[in-house]
Amino acid sequence: MAAVASERASARRGARSGARRPDAPPRRTGRAWLFCAPFLLVFALMYALPLVAGLLMGFTDMRSTDVRNPFAVNFVGLANFERLFQDDTMRRAATNTLFFVVATTPLTVAAGLGAAMLLNSGIGRLRTFFRLGYYLPYVTSIIGIAVAWRLLLDPQAGLLNQLLGMIGVDGPAWLLDDRTALPALVVMTAWRNFGFDMVVFLAALQGVPRELHEAAHVDGAGAWARFRAVTLPMLRPAILFCGVYSAAGFMQFMEEPLVMTRGGPLDSTLSASLAIFNQFGAGDYGYGAAAATILFTVIVAFSFAQFRWLRPNR
Amino acid sequence: MTRLRTAIRYAALTAGLAIVAGPFLWTLLGSFKTDAEIRREPPTFLPLRWIADNYTSLLERMDVVTATFNSAVVAGVVVASNLLFCSLVAYALTKLDFGAGRLVFGLVLLQMMVPAIVLLIPQFVTVASLGLADTYAGIVLPGLVTPLGVFLMRQFMGEIPDEIVHAARVDGAGEFRIFFRVVLPLCKPVLATLGLITFMASWNNFIWPAVVAQHEDMYTLPVALANLSTRETAHYGVLLAGVIVVITPVLLLFVLLQRYFVQGVATAGLK
Repeated sequence: MAAVASERASARRGARSGARRPDAPPRRTGRAWLFCAPFLLVFALMYALPLVAGLLMGFTDMRSTDVRNPFAVNFVGLANFERLFQDDTMRRAATNTLFFVVATTPLTVAAGLGAAMLLNSGIGRLRTFFRLGYYLPYVTSIIGIAVAWRLLLDPQAGLLNQLLGMIGVDGPAWLLDDRTALPALVVMTAWRNFGFDMVVFLAALQGVPRELHEAAHVDGAGAWARFRAVTLPMLRPAILFCGVYSAAGFMQFMEEPLVMTRGGPLDSTLSASLAIFNQFGAGDYGYGAAAATILFTVIVAFSFAQFRWLRPNR
Repeated sequence: MTRLRTAIRYAALTAGLAIVAGPFLWTLLGSFKTDAEIRREPPTFLPLRWIADNYTSLLERMDVVTATFNSAVVAGVVVASNLLFCSLVAYALTKLDFGAGRLVFGLVLLQMMVPAIVLLIPQFVTVASLGLADTYAGIVLPGLVTPLGVFLMRQFMGEIPDEIVHAARVDGAGEFRIFFRVVLPLCKPVLATLGLITFMASWNNFIWPAVVAQHEDMYTLPVALANLSTRETAHYGVLLAGVIVVITPVLLLFVLLQRYFVQGVATAGLK
């Protein structure tokens, strides 16, 4: 949303400068390049070059031992990609990632929307307090959270199963059970991220005109009907933004399983990014880069789709 | 009816806060309990006896001082570099009538879109072939000028009237002088925001420092904690103390400076 808005702003600016008056001051192009030089240098060295190198690397047999002499590697054509599509572990990682994105995104957006709705009406000074509290997990180190939650979800000593035990429920082994491990990560991730969506929704709710609510009220609409007929349509852009932005991030999730489960048990929490990271750890750079290229393609395709979805007036 | 509704709303908000804050509180209180007490059933809320043993044995098992120093050095360099370099790009994009400005901004957006994992291997190969593996320079290099910083600064500087810059030019000031003496002082609020966001991102950053730092004396706090958690799987108290040490600086900073953060989210146009 932000990107789209500023794109248009810069387009306007461009149009204005296109019609230059003859007495306009000279362009300061030299200075401008100089001011951009540090960015361009870092971009060229750490983003453009690695991106191109990464795309090429996927077609080679490069291993960690080739780092000292990267140009001595052999081109192997599509071999890495062929191997990729027959690799059960990689397929498992892809399905896990898909499940994770599809489950976590709506949960995060719904929790963020719920919190924003509760905070938006009739809460006075405490509003700032609750907003701050709900936002804290989002700014906390993911490693700190992952380590704490791993202990929290411990089958015996963890707080969750102890609390369940107090009401007579025998809790599952969570991260040690291949049926509950990934859902546990889904809940933890929604817990960590919903505060961001909440802030976006709170800002968006400011833009819903009071008159609309009052008119609906006069027409006899109840709270739920007003939410469905007035609030939800007005929040559509914000919901789409949160959904797309979150989903793009969740597609790359990896720190949580890396620290909490190492991708196990039985690969049940192995994400696409973690599987690629493991190839990197094993020194198989070419294969890892090929898998990264596939992930990149999926994310780019999703980004293009997002521009269509986020286009206003639709 | 209204009063009942308000009560329900407060109950829901408080329950939500308990779910969000619960794990933090459990970690904090647990870091002062013995391992036996953490595992006890039913669980205790406050420690039976407050002990600092977990923190002292944390100092023995993890090089907290070195890791904190490394995190501070990395964050310091990254924050200073972003404040300066992102502002320079933003100045060129908004105040210098720069023909290639749209191209440069396009690169900024592109950098924002490329997923970290795609760059990880080739970035590491680049850093390693420059001889910068296992150095501070290698850790900070990819984060020196972040797209979000350019975005934020550009948004803010676009609002500063061009007349101020023109007036300074008429007075004969050069562009560097105008940038440092006129424009940058006007950007103080957004610089505070950018500094805060960059500091938090750098302090919490994990994967890249974990890949570049190969010896314990280069570990940042999250890397040291992740490493500790793989070694000390059974020592809950020590791990909880480690979590508290790693997360507290950012949480304190955020609570104290959150108004700058809210401004930042508004400036970035996430309305």
